[in-house]
Amino acid sequence: MAAKRLKTGSDFTWQDMEVGNVVTEPGSGALRRTGDWRSQRPILDKEKCNKCGLCWLYCPDAAIKPLEDGYYEIDLFHCKGCGICAKSCPKDAITMIEEEEK
Amino acid sequence: MSKRVGLEASHAAAEAARMADVDFIAAYPITPQTHIPERLAEMVADGELDAAYVPVESEHSALSACLGAAAVGARTFTATAGPGLEYMHNVVYVASAMRLPVVMTIANRALSAPLSIWGDHSDAMSVRDTGWIQVFCQNSQEAFDMTLWAFRVGEDSKILLPVMVHFDGFHLTHVTEPVILPEQEEVDRFLPPFHYPFALDPDKPMTLGAFAPPDIYSEAKMAQEVATRKSRAVVLQGFQEFGDIFGRYYHPVEPYKTEGASTLLLTMGSFGETAKTVIDTKKDKGESVGLINLRLWRPFPFQELRQAVKGAKTLVVFDRCISFGGPGGPVASEIKSALYDEKERPRAVSFIGGLGGRDMSAEDFEYVIDRGQEIAEKGSEELFETVGIRGEVTGIRG
Repeated sequence: MAAKRLKTGSDFTWQDMEVGNVVTEPGSGALRRTGDWRSQRPILDKEKCNKCGLCWLYCPDAAIKPLEDGYYEIDLFHCKGCGICAKSCPKDAITMIEEEEK
Repeated sequence: MSKRVGLEASHAAAEAARMADVDFIAAYPITPQTHIPERLAEMVADGELDAAYVPVESEHSALSACLGAAAVGARTFTATAGPGLEYMHNVVYVASAMRLPVVMTIANRALSAPLSIWGDHSDAMSVRDTGWIQVFCQNSQEAFDMTLWAFRVGEDSKILLPVMVHFDGFHLTHVTEPVILPEQEEVDRFLPPFHYPFALDPDKPMTLGAFAPPDIYSEAKMAQEVATRKSRAVVLQGFQEFGDIFGRYYHPVEPYKTEGASTLLLTMGSFGETAKTVIDTKKDKGESVGLINLRLWRPFPFQELRQAVKGAKTLVVFDRCISFGGPGGPVASEIKSALYDEKERPRAVSFIGGLGGRDMSAEDFEYVIDRGQEIAEKGSEELFETVGIRGEVTGIRG
């Protein structure tokens, strides 16, 4: 994801700021790596998953993607590790592990 | 033909908003501002004004709703006072930082506790640093004029900043005075339609009010500070254009009989009119005195102030607010700071009075000037002195 290099805050001088700090390029937040300060990571066990989609429904960051075969994958570029998917899964198919664990 | 009518400042401000043809009003009633939204609600209900009037549940909501309206490019007006202004405080900062040019009347009121519905400048001073353009009025005519002027300046595409028009609670809001109302055609000539360049539009999506991490917040604030200072040019242009059309010329700093005067009194707001009579009396007696009305509070008119006090020995500054534990009256400390780097400057003396609706008589201002001169000559250990407060006040030191 994010093939082109994104401008970060430190690329801007005060003169570069748009009036009222308006962001004229909508949806640019999706290009930002918001998953880099995650302390816990969700691990999905496909064997236990029954495709109910509750994790996808409850994820507050739209970081769970539906796949064509009806299963789901976790988008670690955006996932902040909140653990709501793990709590919402009725089959305990998602477990949270510490980021430093492999 | 313009017409001369009797209006209290509240109704004068409402009339100005009507003639400016505002699109959106959201307000919560609070004494002594109540007559303003009341009159506007009446105008909308009677079909005299084609605007959306939103009776919100709080001042925080009032200004929030106004920001939303301004963001779609609506000409937006609200009014509040004292504790109401405090209740919307965090949104006050948002308006200027998002460059949404709302016009807001502040019917200046004291702050609790003890509970007071009457006037002073404590509310104004609490929003000093919020990034709004701010002016003070001396009478009902000015309440009308400055409200109209506020739309012209705030909405200018070079500025896009919200504007606060301050006038004293009760002393102006509830006092009927003669006001000259212009023709609609003149108002339309002065005030072009509002065009907001970033108006919300489904066909042109953008993000307003995004967050800023530490790597960009400072740049955002610097851009805002520069924009605020740059607004000075349009502030002056607005005064000039207003005078050219309506015949009344306003200035950031307005001297009254100051030529050659060795002692100057500086006031802000309606009490300046009482002070004028004192200057007249003293002049008649041959005293070397003059008066300065500080109209523009933000952006602070440094150049004009320095020019206005040039050659004076004593500058007595009258405040209607206490900065608790601070350097004196808030206006006085701004004035002192503005003059500190000048090689030659008058001795500035800080007086505080007129709190919570306490009247200031001509005799009180006479005392302020006389005692101010005495302090300038003999010195004083007090950081400020008070007027009209019972009981000896001493020990106000650093």
